[in-house]
Formats: sequence, structure tokens, C-alpha cells
Amino acid sequence: MSDILTPLIILVVLLLSAALLTWVERRVLGLWQDRYGPNRVGPFGLLQVVADMIKLFTKEDWIPPFADKVIFVIAPMIVMTMMLLGFAIIPFSSELQIVDFDHGLLFFLAISSLSVYSVMLAGFSSNSKYALFGALRATAQMISYEVFMGLSLMGVVILSNSFSLRDIVEAQTEQWFFIPQFLALLVFMIAGIAESHRAPFDLPEAEHEIVAGFHTEYSSMKFGMFFIGEYLGVILISMMIVTLFFGGWHGPWLPPLLWFLLKTALFVLFFILLRAATPRPRYDQLMSFGWKYMLPLSLINLMITAALTLWNQ
Amino acid sequence: MMRADLVAKQLIYTQLQQHFDQHSLRLQHSCCDTLTLWVSESDLKPFLLHLRDGPLRYHMLFDLYALDERLRQHWDGQPTCDFSLVYQLMSVRQTCDIKLKVALWGDYPSTETITDLWPNANWYEREIWDMFGIKFVNHPLLKRILTPPTFNGHPLRKEYACRATEQPPFQLDDEQQAKEQQALRFDPGDWGMSRQSAESDFMYLNLGPNHPSVHGVFRIALQLNGERIIDAAPDIGYHHRGAEKIAERQTWHGFIPYTDRIDYLGGVMNNLPYVMALEKMAKIDVPERAQCIRVMLCECFRILSHMLFYGTFTQDLGQLSTIFYLFTDREKLFAIIEAITGARMHPSWFRIGGVAQDLPIGWDVMLREFLDYFPARLDEYDVLAMQNSILKKRTVGIGKYSTAEALDWGVTGAGLRATGLDFDLRKARPYSGYENYEFEIPLANNGDCYDRCWVRVQEMRQSLKIIRQCLDNMPSGPYKASHPATTPPVNERSKQDIETQIQHFLNVSWGPVMPVDEVCVAIEATKGINSYSLYSDGSNTSYRTRIRTPSFPHLQMIPQISRGLLLPDLIAIIASIDFVMADVDR
Repeated sequence: MSDILTPLIILVVLLLSAALLTWVERRVLGLWQDRYGPNRVGPFGLLQVVADMIKLFTKEDWIPPFADKVIFVIAPMIVMTMMLLGFAIIPFSSELQIVDFDHGLLFFLAISSLSVYSVMLAGFSSNSKYALFGALRATAQMISYEVFMGLSLMGVVILSNSFSLRDIVEAQTEQWFFIPQFLALLVFMIAGIAESHRAPFDLPEAEHEIVAGFHTEYSSMKFGMFFIGEYLGVILISMMIVTLFFGGWHGPWLPPLLWFLLKTALFVLFFILLRAATPRPRYDQLMSFGWKYMLPLSLINLMITAALTLWNQ
Repeated sequence: MMRADLVAKQLIYTQLQQHFDQHSLRLQHSCCDTLTLWVSESDLKPFLLHLRDGPLRYHMLFDLYALDERLRQHWDGQPTCDFSLVYQLMSVRQTCDIKLKVALWGDYPSTETITDLWPNANWYEREIWDMFGIKFVNHPLLKRILTPPTFNGHPLRKEYACRATEQPPFQLDDEQQAKEQQALRFDPGDWGMSRQSAESDFMYLNLGPNHPSVHGVFRIALQLNGERIIDAAPDIGYHHRGAEKIAERQTWHGFIPYTDRIDYLGGVMNNLPYVMALEKMAKIDVPERAQCIRVMLCECFRILSHMLFYGTFTQDLGQLSTIFYLFTDREKLFAIIEAITGARMHPSWFRIGGVAQDLPIGWDVMLREFLDYFPARLDEYDVLAMQNSILKKRTVGIGKYSTAEALDWGVTGAGLRATGLDFDLRKARPYSGYENYEFEIPLANNGDCYDRCWVRVQEMRQSLKIIRQCLDNMPSGPYKASHPATTPPVNERSKQDIETQIQHFLNVSWGPVMPVDEVCVAIEATKGINSYSLYSDGSNTSYRTRIRTPSFPHLQMIPQISRGLLLPDLIAIIASIDFVMADVDR
């Protein structure tokens, strides 16, 4: 019974928290930008989430006549499915984890790569120029940042001697990995932002340049799925950062699950702060930044970690 | 001051007389500071060439417009004709502009284009074709610019109806609808662009008229190769309201609120050139207090406009927060504007001969608070935006042009000063008492997007300095001139004696009558040089009002500076130009 219940509860909680995050983001941005944010519906504007849901569900579900209908419909589903699948391997606490793959880390990388298809297919099937630009940018950006993301994590794997996320957390009882793997954390964080295409790496949907990028033609809940997918991505990346570099559920006094959630919330807030603060680089600048700085950095990190590990043996 | 101007005017005229045949020049006297000369059509080009390349260095085609002269009643000192063209040249060295007028005869006359002399003549000539039906021979792309391509008639011609009620009811039959639909189709050939080159097919991207970053309703048809811009065709006119036509129907006084909406971020700054032009025509001396109030409010609006520019500039580069901070600050300043004028964005508060009311009690306290508050915020934004390395990477070296190019294209304001040319009308030709204030003209050197923004940020600091001087030295005295043409006249006296009461009644009901004259007043507005050229035929309405707005030539330059760059660079360029479409389309 609990084998089915736990994943279901986690699923519902995740979807709810992704929806809630839309409210949190707007309120927190409001706080930082000397304004209120949504505060009319319900206490503290909390029911804004419900209002938005109603709006999204009741909007006309429009498929442009010039779009490739099947792919157009499938694309938003991919991102949401992939992001939700990603949570299966997250060890929320020592007891709470849906599956513990031996190669959980690789599974995460695979999942995040697959979500590129969502953006790419959405852009191509829309058959609109702005969407096409978004898709092109997204594909190039995500494929290149994938490389450093994977490479940056190899240091963690070397230190913990395992691809299993649970083992990685267990290996951090003495020392959290962000200290020995500081470079990797930096690269992973940046790549993670790029993967979830959040500002300042939101070039695939840069509204000032290409209107809304790959989801220009989307409306109603299909748009909502991209939206929720993006927020799920933010949560997933934050959880991965906590798991890989900040000791997962480890922490004194408080219960492990709470520690995990608190740390995750901190990084989610950091993501939002980043969006509030930075301008957007240009597409070619983003690419050259990736290949010229991120790649060498992650390679150096990998080599140093490997060398130190060998030395210590 | 007036004397020196007259001397300069005379000097230039003598120089021109030495160079050209006596008969080809005909001087027209007016109260205007500009030297007004009538030349024949055939002499025009050599004349323009001499002015541009000769020792006088009139490098900039400041304005080019037409007049429908067919209903004119007073012809003092000018040849009778059906239409006239006015070529107004500006020199950054001289204090006096030159207006060259060309008389044209016939119902739909045509003349030679001057696009080969000045690239920015292109749009001006298209506007004249659109508004008057005057053809320009050899023009590269003579088509409608402000009105839609399916439009019938030429609105600024005198026979064209002013109001919709004077026209037959609007109808859209199937045939007309099909025509309208057809006109919406984009054909690159219409814009002089080709579909493919030897290597690749181009993509055409329709940016606007409703795009998040075009600041209003502005459309650019882009010829792209990937994200690289091969060519661009700006398309304007979506915001055209016919302000110049409306001016021919409203009383002189009644047109003031319309000016507010020309550059809708400039507020009373728009009133200033208009009322100053009228005051020059009616020979009204504006009291010192009124002048000081005007300067103070204009500088407030300069700050308000620049604040919005600053915010949207950073926002278009993807920075989310700056604009919210600046809107909070704008709100504070708007509260002061509201306390003084009773309105926020469009106070229409200047009057012929002064301002609408005296300053309220306590105005100085509010303003002083703001002056103490804002500089620290500006410093904060410097750290947030101007020193941000991503922002620098996006803007330094992007959208560059030189001083010579800027003058060629008629660029004025911060865009011109960002190229290093020290030309600000407030210093070069002080008006409304600007000579009494101590301030600097910020200059940059590269003429790129970053510098244009930097200049404006520094201008805000200088404006604060000017406002503080206004605060500290606000003269006492009347806020309105006691002159018959002052509208509305000073109220107290109209209740005392019958003469002023009659004057009051006439000015308010009929509107003041301006003497037969013509005048052009230019000011350094928020976005560049804004000028009003008014033609009075001795009536209570204008015979022709020409509004020269800075944004119009600025937009025309976009293709020139964005070729070869990427799509995001174009957004940076558009943001850095600082225009509002109402200012472009009028």
C-alpha cells in the first residue's frame, strides 16, 4: 500500500509546491522590488495560485492551424513528465526516497537531457518564427550546458565512490561536498540555471527579444505545463544541489526531512534573487562563456579531484 | 541677447549674398531667430550644398516640411504660391538656423529629392508626400509613412476635412476589406529588400507593432540570416493622430493640451516650445518667476522621462528590478508634480505668457525632500545597472555611430552628446533663462548604447542641480505676464476694469489672435531637440503648425546602426534610443 501511496503523496506535494512557487516568486520579487506582488486573493494572496489555475484551465486551448498538432500537444507533456520523473531518485531523507538507483546520478542527467526535446519540439511544431528562434537557442544552450553539468558532477562521484544519490549523501556525513568541490558547485549551479532556462539564462524565452520564445503560440494549460515544468525544474535543480553538495538531509537538531526542505528552499530563493538582479547576456556570449570558462573549469576540477584522490590512496 | 542674434543673422545673410546672385535670394522678415530665405527650385540644391560643405557648416538637416499656402490671406514679404517647402538647417557652430523656402505651384506639384544630400531627408519627404501629395522625383522609396498604405487623400492639405463629421460615414465594403487585407501582406520588395542572396535564403521577421520591446506601436521588418540582421525596415505611423492638423482647428490656447501628448513622457516640456513660440510672436515678456517655474518643471520632467528610459533600458537587457525601483521614485516625483499642477503626466500647465497658477504653499519642502533623496538612489542604480558587467557586455560598442553620422541623420539630444559633441540648446542657445543656471553638459565619446544611457544618467544629476538652484533662487513676482495676449489674462484686474474684462472674455471664448508672422522655437527636450514652427495668418487659429520631434529622425537611423548585429543587439539599440511613438508619429 505505502509503495503506491508515498509516490502519490510526493507527486501531489510536488505539483502543489510548484504551483505555490509561482506565488512565492511573485511575492518575494515584490518584496525585493519595493512593491507588494499579488496580495488580493485570500490571505497574503495565497489563493492567487487557485485563481491562476482557474484562469489557465478555462482559457481557450488554442492550437494554431499552422502548427503540427500532435507534436504541439506532446511537447509540453514531455517537460512535465521528465521533471516529475527526476524527483523519483531524490533522497528527501534517509527513509523517504521513491527509488534508489545505483546509477541515480546518470538517471538525473538523462532526464534533464530529455527535457530538451520538449522545448525543441514545441518550437519546431509551433511553426512560428519567434518559437523557432526560441527552440534553436534552447537546443544549443541546453546541449552545451549539459556537457559541463555532467563533467562537474564527476568530482562528487569520485569523492563518494558511487553514482547512487543516497550513497552520495551518506558520504557527506563528515564534510559537505561544497567545500572540496567548490568549483564543481559553481559550474553545476550555472549549468542548472541554464538547464531550467531561468533568468539570466532565459534566452529561449527572452520576452524582450523573441516575445516568449518556444512557447509563444501556447495558451491555456499547455502553457501552464511549461510553466509548472519550469518551476519543477527549479525545485529539482535546487534539490540536486542540496543532495550533491550540501549534505542532503544532514543537519543538527531538526528532523532530516525538514533540513532537506529548508536547504532546498534556500536555493530556490537564490534562483529567484538571481532573476531579480541580473541582466540577460547575449546568446553568443552565453555560448562562449560556456565553452571558454565552464568547460575548462569543470575539467580542471575533475583532474584536481582525481589527482588528490589518487594521492591520498 | 536679441541684438547678438540679429547681428549673427545679418552676418550670415551678407556672406550668402556674396556667394550667390542677389536675385536668387529673397529675405523674409519675421520675428523668428532663424534666417528665412526664399530660393527658386533650381537654386535649392547648390544652395544646400554650399551651406552644408561651405564655411558656414550647416551640417544638419534639422527639419523639412511643407505648407499648403492656397488659403493664405496675408502674403507680406513672400511670393504667392500654392505650396511651399521649408528646408531648415541647423549648425552646431552658429546660433542662427537657416530656413530655405521653395515656392511650388500647381495642385499636386513635384520637386527634386534631396535624399542624396542628407539621408534623413528620406522620411521627411515621404511625410510630405503622405500629408500634402507633393512628389519628390528620384526619391528611393516614396510611399506613405504616417497613414496606412490604403489611405485616401493627403490630410494636411487645406481641402481635407478636419473632423470625421465633415466626411461621409465610414464604410468598409468587401472590396475595400480585401484591399486592406492585401495591404497587410509583407513583401520585402516593397521595402527594397530581396528574398535571398547567393548563399542563403533570408528570414523575414516582423518585429512589432506589438512587440514587448518596441515601446509602443512600432514595427520593424527584419531581414535576418540566422539571428544576424542583414537589413531592417522601420515602419511607423501606428500612433499618428494628426496633431498638426488638429492645431489648425484649435485656438492657439486650446492646442496646449495636445502638445503634452506629443512626447507623452515629457509633460510640460512639450508646452514650452509652443508657448515660447507664441510669446515670441505676440511679443510677450514672460516674468522671471514664470520662467523659473517653467525651467524647474521642465527639469522635473526631464528626470521623469530619463527615469523611465533608464528602467526600460535595463529591462530590455533582461534586468528585472531596476524599473520597479525607478517607478517608485517616479511616483515620488509625480506626487510633487501633482501637488504643483494638479495633474501627473500631462499637466498642460504652461500658458501663453506664463503658467496656469502660482506655486502652492509648501512646494519647496516636497521638492527639497526629493532632491535629498534621489541622488543616493541614482548611486545605487549605478552599481546595479551601469557597473554591471553583463549590461556592459551587451551595450558597449553596440549601435555605434560617429558625430558626423549623427549630424547627417539629424540626431540630437543625448544620442548626439554620446558621440562627444558638446551641443545642448540649453547652453548653446539659452532660452527661458537657462543662462542663469550653473550646470554641466555630460558628454561621452563612443556613441554606443552604453554611452547614450550614461549621458542620460548624468543628465539626471545635472537636472537635480538645476532644480535645486530654482528652489534656492525662486524669484518673487507675477507668474503670468500682463499682456493682452496672455491667456487667460490676469484675473484680478479683469474684475476691476472693462478693458481687461473684454480682453479676458475674448481670450477665453474666441482665443487670442496672433499677428501675421511665423516663428520657430526649438528647445532641448527630453529626447533631443523639439521645435514648434508656427505660422499665423492673423487669426485665432494657427495656419500651419509644424512639430519637429527628435524621435522621428532617430528611428530612421535604426537600419544604419543595426546592420550586421544580432537580434538582441537591435533590442539594446532600440532601448538606448529612447523614443516614444507618439513623439514620432504625432
